[in-house]
Amino acid sequence: MSEQQLFKVTIDNITIEVPAGTTILNAARQIGGDVTPPAMCYYSKLEGSGGKCRTCLVEVSKGSEKDPRPMPKLIASCRTTVMDGMEVKNITSEKVIDARAGVVEFLLLNHPLDCPICDQAGECHLQDLSYDHGKEGTRYEFERRTFKKHDLGPYIQLHMTRCILCYRCVYTADQLSKERSHGVLDRGDHAQIATFIEKSLDNEFIGNVIDVCPVGALTDKTFRFKNRVWFLKPMDAHRDCPTCSGKVTLWNRGDEVYRVTARKDKWGEVEDWICNTCRFETKNTSDWVIEGPREIDRHSVIAQGHYQGSVGMNKPTETFAAVNAGRAPHLLMDIHSVSEVNKDSSL
Amino acid sequence: MSVKLLLAKAHVEGIRGFDVYRREGGYQSVEKALKQMNPESIVEEVKKSGLRGRGGAGFPAGMKWSFIAKPEGVPRHLVCNADESEPGTFKDRYLMEFIPHLLIEGLIVSSFALGSNDTYIYIRGEYAWIVDILEDAINEAKANGFLGKNILGTGFDCEIHVQRGAGAYICGEETALIESLEGKRGNPRIKPPFPAIQGVWQRPTVVNNVETLAAVVPIINMGGEEYAKIGVGKSTGTKLISACGNINKPGVYEIDMTISVEEFIYSDEYCGGIANGKKLKACIPGGSSVPILPANLLLKTAKGETRYMNYESLSDGGFASGSMMGSGGFIVLDEDQCIVRNTLSLARFYRHESCGQCSPCREGTGWMEKILHNIEYGKGKISDIDLLWDIQRKIEGNTICPLGDAAAWPVAAAIRHFRDEFEWHVNNPLEAQEKNYGLAHYADPIHVPVTA
Repeated sequence: MSEQQLFKVTIDNITIEVPAGTTILNAARQIGGDVTPPAMCYYSKLEGSGGKCRTCLVEVSKGSEKDPRPMPKLIASCRTTVMDGMEVKNITSEKVIDARAGVVEFLLLNHPLDCPICDQAGECHLQDLSYDHGKEGTRYEFERRTFKKHDLGPYIQLHMTRCILCYRCVYTADQLSKERSHGVLDRGDHAQIATFIEKSLDNEFIGNVIDVCPVGALTDKTFRFKNRVWFLKPMDAHRDCPTCSGKVTLWNRGDEVYRVTARKDKWGEVEDWICNTCRFETKNTSDWVIEGPREIDRHSVIAQGHYQGSVGMNKPTETFAAVNAGRAPHLLMDIHSVSEVNKDSSL
Repeated sequence: MSVKLLLAKAHVEGIRGFDVYRREGGYQSVEKALKQMNPESIVEEVKKSGLRGRGGAGFPAGMKWSFIAKPEGVPRHLVCNADESEPGTFKDRYLMEFIPHLLIEGLIVSSFALGSNDTYIYIRGEYAWIVDILEDAINEAKANGFLGKNILGTGFDCEIHVQRGAGAYICGEETALIESLEGKRGNPRIKPPFPAIQGVWQRPTVVNNVETLAAVVPIINMGGEEYAKIGVGKSTGTKLISACGNINKPGVYEIDMTISVEEFIYSDEYCGGIANGKKLKACIPGGSSVPILPANLLLKTAKGETRYMNYESLSDGGFASGSMMGSGGFIVLDEDQCIVRNTLSLARFYRHESCGQCSPCREGTGWMEKILHNIEYGKGKISDIDLLWDIQRKIEGNTICPLGDAAAWPVAAAIRHFRDEFEWHVNNPLEAQEKNYGLAHYADPIHVPVTA
């Protein structure tokens, strides 16, 4: 076996060597920072995903060393592999900036923008995308498409109105479960994710569709409206799970586990798929072995809550008794005795 | 009288049946191809003929055939694209309905050239009765030894299967067609890989239009070089044009691409002039997706030359002042037609037919339709026209498949050439509900700048 061939690719004037067969997006992710195009539908763990949302469009100003012609159209970086000597323009191309702003506008066209009441707010990729690449206003003056909310079984709620049709959940169900019972119905702007006849999604790993959803279309019913994600403290934890790896992120407030999700990397992608039991049914702190705070490596509001260090599940060492020189706290006023004032004296 | 290669015998009594078709010289090309030629030489003949894909894009057919991958032990497939759903295009339907054996004959020869033992005809679901016609023709061909095992004793096996679509325009796009043929949702695939490498069931596949495959028959019979002598320049052979709209004689015509657009519209041999003595206002010369042209730019190019019915001349001037041959759906609009309304109905079509896979097309087509609806019904603003332009610009070229472009072009061309009609609609909302803008200056001769 010969060594794997390395291709030299230049993205926004930064040159990097990557193995042949790497996509432009993944090469850009190796560089990191602003050079990386945003991706709303591509998911490295899901085979066949990508190419649909068009947010990762880039300009190829030089095809390769052998064929230096530029590509005539902008191309989806998530589905195009690099060639040796390829030169790619992402944020240095005005065409790309313009097209991407257009795509963001299109994606938000029928999106309800109900972030204040959406559970995804704070960890929503569409929020990040429109903040980074969108315009401040929309030119759309028409009614947005709406759908009824659907319960997909006891754990998952589908709110199609928010969906951007990235197909990630369809691929997840296809590749994680033996039988896929949901897909896309209808066409065009009236297309919807659905189970056709209202049917619950019943599979040990189906909860992962919540994690892959870039927006708030698929939400965890055990967590809906319980708390804003940025008030919660994410912590890595694990347990012995017979079905999955058991490696999760717990989202706590105080001692209480509000929700359990899979661990997500810096691109917002799940590291290990977790099972429904871990996700929905195991919500006692005592069920888990806590490893420590989870670093949220995204620029979302969650990362704003710096809490790293000796917080998390550590109890403060200075208890009341310690500060009070060994004396136990005593009641300043016995409410019971006070309330006796109100007793009917005639009795 | 121009040369007729495809429809010459289309109206012979009983030509739909095998016996009459054979008596009229049918299936000679199969005998010639299978007995005297080898696959490579057939591909070579098709290359020499200069035959261009008749489905719309006009890509050289021989070139497409030579791209097909030939890995050892992997079956290859030929798929005939009969999912003719472009508004204004009905040439394939005519060909399959009247002379089905011509298509079957072309399919056998092409299958031999490409090494396809299982060939598929993916037909538009609405063409329900044509499925029966084709299946009868296939059975007759089989009964006479032109299909099935060991055709004409040459050892070549070939079966043709007819598969009905379920009524989606998008399935005319070759990769969406392949998905649909495999039994999946008809979403276009992301290319590469191209079908020539990984098509149906990940096997090398060629997808060709009905008319392209039928044209293989005269090419084999007369030889590629002879075929290339018909027509002009890179527009070789004959082309079926389905003419419709405000003309005296709508129908399917076979032309040899040497006649002018003016002759095609006004001569009695073809469209027979504009109906009811009206004047020509505009025309969509190649099916609903191609840019619409006003009368003056249709008959003469921007340089003042006569425009001809062929690939090069119709696209002369690019999109700024030209259009495309497309699939040959020739839609003629007279002076009473409203361009805004026409553009609205096309936008509605593309919104309805967008597969919804990629965002610009899914959201953009619906947005354009709503804005056009406002303009048509007197609720438009002047800024809407620029907005439409911006939307179409952001759809075009940014989508997975050409449907995005197809949805953007008609809107772009309508605004480019008929902007004053849009403005009139916006500025006179009440009047626009009752009457049309009319012919205005759209047929006036264009000033051609004299260059030294």
